[in-house]
Amino acid sequence: MYNDRSNNNVSFSKGIDWLIPFLYAILLAIGVLCIFMVEYKTDVNWASSLFSGKTNYSKQLIFAGICIVIAIIILLTDSKFFTAFANLFYVFGIALMLATFVIGKNINGSRSWIPLAGGFNLQPAELCKIFAALAIAKYVSRQDLDFTKLSAQIIATVLAMTPAVLSILQNETGLALVYLSFFIVMFREGLPGWLLIVGFSAGALVIATLIMEPNTLAILLTLLAGIAIYILRYQVKRNKSVLTFIIIIWVVCVGIQRFAVPYVFNNVFQCYQAQRIYSMVGKDYDCSHNRSSRDRVDKEKAVKKPDDYNVRQSKIAIGSGGITGRGFLKGTQTRGKYVPEQHTDFIFTSLGEAFGFTGCFIFLMLYLLLLMRIIIIAERQRSTFSRVYGYSVASILFFHIAVNICMTIGLFPIIGIPLPLISYGGSSLLTFTILLFILVRLDADRQMVLR
Amino acid sequence: MPANNQSRSRIIQVIFIAVFLVIILQLLNLQLFSSKYRLQAENNARYRKVIYPDRGIIYDRNKKPILENTIMFDLMVTPSEIRHTDTMALCRILGIDSLEFRKRIIEAIFKNTRVRPSVFEPLLSPQLYARLNENIYKFPGFELHERPVRVYPYHCGANILGYVGEIDSNFLKRNQGRGYEMGDYAGLAGLERTYEKVLMGQRGINYFIRDNKSRIQGAYEGGAYDTVPFAGRALYTSLDVELQQLAERLLGNKIGSVVAINPKTGGILAMATSPSYDPNMMSGSEKRKNYGRLALDTARPFLNRAIKGQYPPGSTFKPMGGLVALDEGLITPSYGYGCPGAYTACGITIRCEHKGGGHASNLRHALANSCNSYFSEIFRKAIDNPRYKNPRLGYLKWKEYMNSFGLGVKLGIDLPSEDAGNIPDTSKYNRDFGGPRWNSCNIVTLGIGQDRMLATPLQMANLMCVIGNKGWYYTPHVVDSVERETIEDTVYLGRYRKKHAVVHMSDTAFNAIHLAMLDVTLVGTAVAAKIPGIDICAKTGTAQNPHGKNHSLFVAFAPMNDPKIAIAVVVENAGYGAVWAAPIASFLMEKYLKGSIDSARLSEVDRIAKADLIPDAIKNWYSRKEAQKHVRQMEPTQIEFKNTDEHPKLIFDPEAEPNRKPQRADTELNRQFMVPVDSRKKPKQQR
Repeated sequence: MYNDRSNNNVSFSKGIDWLIPFLYAILLAIGVLCIFMVEYKTDVNWASSLFSGKTNYSKQLIFAGICIVIAIIILLTDSKFFTAFANLFYVFGIALMLATFVIGKNINGSRSWIPLAGGFNLQPAELCKIFAALAIAKYVSRQDLDFTKLSAQIIATVLAMTPAVLSILQNETGLALVYLSFFIVMFREGLPGWLLIVGFSAGALVIATLIMEPNTLAILLTLLAGIAIYILRYQVKRNKSVLTFIIIIWVVCVGIQRFAVPYVFNNVFQCYQAQRIYSMVGKDYDCSHNRSSRDRVDKEKAVKKPDDYNVRQSKIAIGSGGITGRGFLKGTQTRGKYVPEQHTDFIFTSLGEAFGFTGCFIFLMLYLLLLMRIIIIAERQRSTFSRVYGYSVASILFFHIAVNICMTIGLFPIIGIPLPLISYGGSSLLTFTILLFILVRLDADRQMVLR
Repeated sequence: MPANNQSRSRIIQVIFIAVFLVIILQLLNLQLFSSKYRLQAENNARYRKVIYPDRGIIYDRNKKPILENTIMFDLMVTPSEIRHTDTMALCRILGIDSLEFRKRIIEAIFKNTRVRPSVFEPLLSPQLYARLNENIYKFPGFELHERPVRVYPYHCGANILGYVGEIDSNFLKRNQGRGYEMGDYAGLAGLERTYEKVLMGQRGINYFIRDNKSRIQGAYEGGAYDTVPFAGRALYTSLDVELQQLAERLLGNKIGSVVAINPKTGGILAMATSPSYDPNMMSGSEKRKNYGRLALDTARPFLNRAIKGQYPPGSTFKPMGGLVALDEGLITPSYGYGCPGAYTACGITIRCEHKGGGHASNLRHALANSCNSYFSEIFRKAIDNPRYKNPRLGYLKWKEYMNSFGLGVKLGIDLPSEDAGNIPDTSKYNRDFGGPRWNSCNIVTLGIGQDRMLATPLQMANLMCVIGNKGWYYTPHVVDSVERETIEDTVYLGRYRKKHAVVHMSDTAFNAIHLAMLDVTLVGTAVAAKIPGIDICAKTGTAQNPHGKNHSLFVAFAPMNDPKIAIAVVVENAGYGAVWAAPIASFLMEKYLKGSIDSARLSEVDRIAKADLIPDAIKNWYSRKEAQKHVRQMEPTQIEFKNTDEHPKLIFDPEAEPNRKPQRADTELNRQFMVPVDSRKKPKQQR
């Protein structure tokens, strides 16, 4: 492998998997290019504005420079450092998140930022992803731990969900959802398989509830229960508890469909959240059912009409790309600034418009290659810590990529999470850099057993 | 332990790949299989700007521009850029209050959003422009935007030249695919309308990229799809603008029309109608207001009486009767009729102005003396022509002649909405007389240009071309040629370059008619029209009509041996043809043939131009309008509303509105108000 070839290099490069830094560099370059496309104006000299540091793409370049320095520092660090300080980092992260409630700065309605010097802001919930990944890896890799036990699973879940809950309290739902990706890691480490099935079924049921007429779905569920009883009629004869079990499932399903989902949508979600979810399945949500908007009506007397402007414009931009795209800097939707938040959450649209399906496909393949490489790396680790950490990185990246892109192409409700390494934003770029390079560092030392 | 969950790694990888597959499938769907997104993107971001070329210029026969373009200015506003604007000063200059100001701003935002400019005040008057231009720096958010406007430098020819106006949805439907858009201007009347295709030129279209607030970002695809505008092409007309001006001046304070044609080409030299209006009223800032006023005017200034006024030609028709009889070989120029002062052969008495003395001893004398009996007789000869089996067939032949002269059919001039006049069909008479039982006696007054015969002044002038040219004419037209003539134009103008030969007679026969018409100005009814040194062939007419006093008609061509101008003049309700119509025609011919009017006659021109021959009914209408205006201008408190039993709405003037019938039987009340109050007083004031 690569480590043989780099024998004559300085010690830190020994054993490094060069494919990941290589992919990292390519993605970073694509990201800066995409931001440049979004910001580009014909009448402004781009060369001079590049070095002025005022435009977003020049800022992103500065962030990239900082990140590369940090990446090198990480590669120079001893692997044991990460295992040793994993728990401490986690406590530090949680403390930072709690600190936002006191010294936090409100940006775009979420109080999750800590202002730093020089006009930069730090979002602890981003960094906490690294710390949570390290902490879970640390916990799971404990020598006396049997992850098949429920208590261990619960403790790991609590570790993963604490930052998520804090994030929700900061009104940053998007980032909170990212912590769900740790379930993929735990699944790998022995979380029972039926949970996956239940999870998928629950998701299917919720979507079915949104799409279908309540009564039709109830009849359908009843029919399914009937068919199950018919198929299992001999077992039912022998053991009555099977029947009870089926009936309980049926009751729960109908309960979710009938009461739980409407209740959550009307009373837990904000109006805009409910609208986004409904618009994903192509339906309108009537805000007058929503409690929070009703409260607001009393206060402000006006509720905005349902608006799927973002998704619509995003789909138009991507759809107009066609097979080969409009060409670099020729996308009319990008230049016209039709897609809101295009340099951050909707950065994929500029790529889709400029380079079309071909460009998107190549881009997605790069991501997939990165993910697969990370999984391969994770699987080849001798220490559980490194493996769990590797899966954490893969899961977090995957969740970000999948949700962000699905959101721009209308397959997922809009939640504000960035596209890794592409979206504009220092916090996010720094987080992913650290996540990836810690893994590269750990992998370089894969012969060691880390705990 | 690590090994126990190895298979889960596969599951995770499968999940990753599956999700990526779903994403790729959706991308395929969006980017390859739905074309609507491309379209929506174009709609979003492509801004189509139409570049309007200058409209074509219209020239008279001496290449003087009679309709051209000038630049006027619109005051534009971009609401989002209004900052520290001195609104009060602007309101003062424009003469509006702050309420109106606010209303217009809201309208502008509503129409074009706050970031795009909209028209705040269109087509500023020169004074207003001057004042705004020097103060515009005080009004951020406002700017002056130039716009080409049509101008008529000679202030004449409104009914020929026409005007442009905003198109409506019907126009759009009729002209689909020609590049018009809502809000565009197109020729709506006159030459502007007929030659719209030539005058409009070819529009250019520029595509721009615009952003989410509709601000222009730059050219679309580097201007690859842009097209360049081509200016409208010029029209070269046969009009003589000085003659036109004189004709309009002479018709001042009268209702009537003048048509002068160059018989050699069929080109219209002048075509005046009265009342008319200054064509500049229909372009520029006051346009809408003026249009409302003109359209409601009871004297109908928009009516082009030269092609839409239908009059009984009366005696002016007599030369035609002679032509038909000669061409059919029914008479010779020496044919005579012993007129005893009236024509009684049909049981009714048609009076003649002359009595005995051989005033109808041959065609020349009969025509010069305008003998009713003579022309009644030869008309009957034509109808009862033994060559055709019965009077109906004889009449049909006669009607064929009339139609070939251009009577009773549209001549096809290049102006919109020409009227055909009327030469009745046999079916009309069949209905009148209860079947085909009528004979030449029943319709004998057709022979002297009465009965149901109606002709437009254009048709009358065209008849003079036929006689002057000895049997042929070109279809009258205004436009002689078009700049950079295309094949399409040539096809269109071809109809005006074709000679129509309508009768084939010996020169002697024509000479008889010419000499007879020459006699009219030498010794006959139109001595007043005589111009020293020019042989004018003319015929007066005094047409009886159901609207009141006789119409004064006069037709002529000159010089006799080499006709250069053919003319027809109609002055409504003015009495004898010789009194008003003849001098008008005489001045116009002198002006055209000699270049100017003899100074000795200029005072006469003035007298005619100032003579007021507008019927009382119309004057009443004007004075009533004037009174209403005064009432409106008065302070509201000064108006007393009395509860009287008068019903102003029921009052109408039967003279002004001859076609309207009194409504229902409740007219007991009506009748006492049929004559408006002020019209009863008016005559006394005048005397």
